Amino acid sequence: MSVDWLIPALLTIVTAATPLVFAAVGEVVVEKAGVLNLGVEGMMIIGAIAAFATAVSTGSEVLAIAAGAGAGVLIALIFGVLTVYLQSNQVATGLALTIFGLGLSALIGHSYVGKTFGGLAKLDIPGLSDIPVLGPVLFGHDALVYLSVVSVAVVAWVLTRTRTGLLIRAVGENHDAAHSIGYSVTLIRMGAILFGGAMAGIGGAYLSVAYTPLWVENMTAGRGWIALALVVFASWKPWRAFFGAYLFGGITIIQLYAQGMGVEVSAQFLSMLPYIATILVLVIISRDSARARLDAPACLGKNFHASG
Amino acid sequence: MLPRLEQRPEASRSMVYVSPLIAVVFTVLTAMVMFALLGVDPVRAIETFFIEPVSSLDGLSELLVKATPLVLIGVGLSLGFQANVWNIGAEGQLVIGALAGGGLALAFFDQQSVFLVPAMLACGVLGGMVWAAIPAFLKTRYNTNEILTSLMLTYVGLLVLSYLVHGPWKDPQGMNFPESRLFHDSALLPVLIEGTRLNIGALIALFVVVLGWILISRHIIGFQIKVIGMAPMAASFAGFKEKRLIWLTLLISGGCAGLAGVIELSGAIGQIVPSISPGYGFTAIIVAFLGRLHPVGVLFAGLLMALTYLGGDSAQITMNLPNAVTGVFQGMLLFFLLASDVLIKYRVRFGAPKINVETAE
Repeated sequence: MSVDWLIPALLTIVTAATPLVFAAVGEVVVEKAGVLNLGVEGMMIIGAIAAFATAVSTGSEVLAIAAGAGAGVLIALIFGVLTVYLQSNQVATGLALTIFGLGLSALIGHSYVGKTFGGLAKLDIPGLSDIPVLGPVLFGHDALVYLSVVSVAVVAWVLTRTRTGLLIRAVGENHDAAHSIGYSVTLIRMGAILFGGAMAGIGGAYLSVAYTPLWVENMTAGRGWIALALVVFASWKPWRAFFGAYLFGGITIIQLYAQGMGVEVSAQFLSMLPYIATILVLVIISRDSARARLDAPACLGKNFHASG
Repeated sequence: MLPRLEQRPEASRSMVYVSPLIAVVFTVLTAMVMFALLGVDPVRAIETFFIEPVSSLDGLSELLVKATPLVLIGVGLSLGFQANVWNIGAEGQLVIGALAGGGLALAFFDQQSVFLVPAMLACGVLGGMVWAAIPAFLKTRYNTNEILTSLMLTYVGLLVLSYLVHGPWKDPQGMNFPESRLFHDSALLPVLIEGTRLNIGALIALFVVVLGWILISRHIIGFQIKVIGMAPMAASFAGFKEKRLIWLTLLISGGCAGLAGVIELSGAIGQIVPSISPGYGFTAIIVAFLGRLHPVGVLFAGLLMALTYLGGDSAQITMNLPNAVTGVFQGMLLFFLLASDVLIKYRVRFGAPKINVETAE
C-alpha cells in the first residue's frame, strides 16, 4: 500500500470524525446531567447554516464558528426551557427540535445555496508539518480539529476530576438527592443543555465551513443521530466517544475509497455503511442489558419538578 | 412576581383538548411575526397559507390527498407512542412499503387485473412491516434503542429507493431520468372525484382510523398498550407481555406507514420517483402528538398538517416564499403544543408557594 494513498485517507478520517466528536462530546455532558436531547441533528444543522451565513457575509472564520456555537445555544435554549421548566417530554421535544431546525435552516439557507467560501485555513506549523507522513497527519489540520481534541480532554477532566463534574453527574444519577442537599437541578441541567447546544453548533459549523465548505439543505445527513448513537456506544465516556467518532470516520473512508480501488458496488450501498454500522454497534453495545443500564445515568430522560 | 408551576392533584382532562388549540393560535401569531420580519404582509401571508389552498374543489381534494398518508401513519405511530415505543423511522417504512407495492406494479406492468391494486396494497403493508420488524427484533432480542435503529433504517431505505430508480428499476425508455415506468391503469387507485387526484386511499385512511379507535378504546390490546405506557411495572405484574406489545406496535405502525407509501405511489404519483414523500413519516410524529395520540384526534391533526404543506406550496407560488416555511411551521407547532401541554399536569400560579391543600389531603 503506497503512502500517497494513505495520507489523504487519514486526513479524510479526521475531517469526517471531527463534527461527530463535537456533537457527541457535547451530548455526553447533556446526558450525564440526566437530559436526553434527541435534537442534536437540529442543533447541528442550525449551527451549520449560521456559521456558513456568517462566513459568507463577514469572511471571518472565528466569527463563523462563534455564530455556529451561538446558534446552537439559542436553539438548545428552546429545548431547555421546554423540558426543564415546562416539563415537556424529552423525546418529543428533541424530535421537535430536529424538525424545527431542519425547516428553519432550509428557510435561512434558501438564499445561500450555491454560494462558496474559501474554507477553514489549515494551521501549518513550520517544520513539524513537513515531516513525512506524520507531519500532514498530525500537524496539518485546521484549528477546529485541535479544538475538538482539547474539548474532549477538558470535558473528560471536568466530568471526572472537578466539583462541577460531580454536580453534573449527581443531577443525572439522582436529581431528588441533588435537590435535597441544596443544588439547583434546573440550573445545572440548563447549563449542560446549553453546552451541548454550543458543541453541536460547532460540529455543524465544521461541516459547512471546513468539511464541504458550502451550504446544502439537510447537509448533516443523520450525523446528529450518529452522534447520539456514539454516546451510547461510548458508555457516556468522552474519550470513548472520541474514538468512536474516528471509527465512523474510518467507515466513511471505506465508502470513498472502495470505488477508487475498483470495488463493483453501487454508490448507494456504500453510502449505507455508516448507518448500518451504527445499528451493528448499537446491537453489540446494548446486548448486555444489565451493563447498559449500569452505564446509563439513572435519571436519563426523567423530568424534575421540585414540588412533585 | 414570577409565575410558578403548581402540580395539579389530577391531570386536567379539558386541557388535553384545549392545549392543541392554544398551540395553533400561538403558532399562527408567531408565524405572522416571522412573516413581518421577512418583509411580507402577515395577514396576506396567513391568507395565502391557510385559506387560499382550500378555497376550491381542487384544493380541498389535494388537502385530502396529502392528509391521507399523514393520518394513516399518525394512527399507527400513536399506538406505539402510547406504549412508549418510539418508532421514528416511519419515513423509511413508507419508502420500503411503496417499493414493495410499486415493484409489484412494475413486475405486472403489461397485465390487466383487478387483483393488482389489492395485491399492491398488501405488499405495501408487508414491506412497511418488514422494515419495522428490524427495530422490533433488535429491541426485543438485543435491547437496542428503537429510536436510533428505526431512524438509521430510514436513511438506508431512502438509499435503497435511490439505487432502484437509478439502476434496475429505471424506465428503459425514460431518457435516463431516474424514474420508473408509468404504472399501468390497473395499478392505479380508483379516483373518487373525476378530474382530481382524490382516490380511495382517503377512504382507506378513514377505515384505519376506525380500526385504530376500536383497537385502542375497545380492545384488550389497546388497554395493555395504555397501561404499559403509563405504568410499566403494573403492566408486568398484570402479566402483559411487553415484548409482544413492542412487536405489535412496531408492526402496526410500520404496516400503516407502508400502506401510506403505496397509496401515495399508486394514488397520487403513478410511478416510482426518487422522492416519494416530502417527509410525511416525520410530520406524522407531530400529527400523532397534536392528535393527542388518539385516532380521531389524529384525523383532525392530519388535515391541519396537510394544510401546512399546501400552504407552503401556495406561499411559494404566489408570494415567492421558500417552501421550507412549512417545516418551520410544523416544528413551531410541536414546540408550542409541548409547551402548552404543561397545563395538563400543572397550573400557573403567581406569588409565593403555599401549602397545597388539595394534595395534602
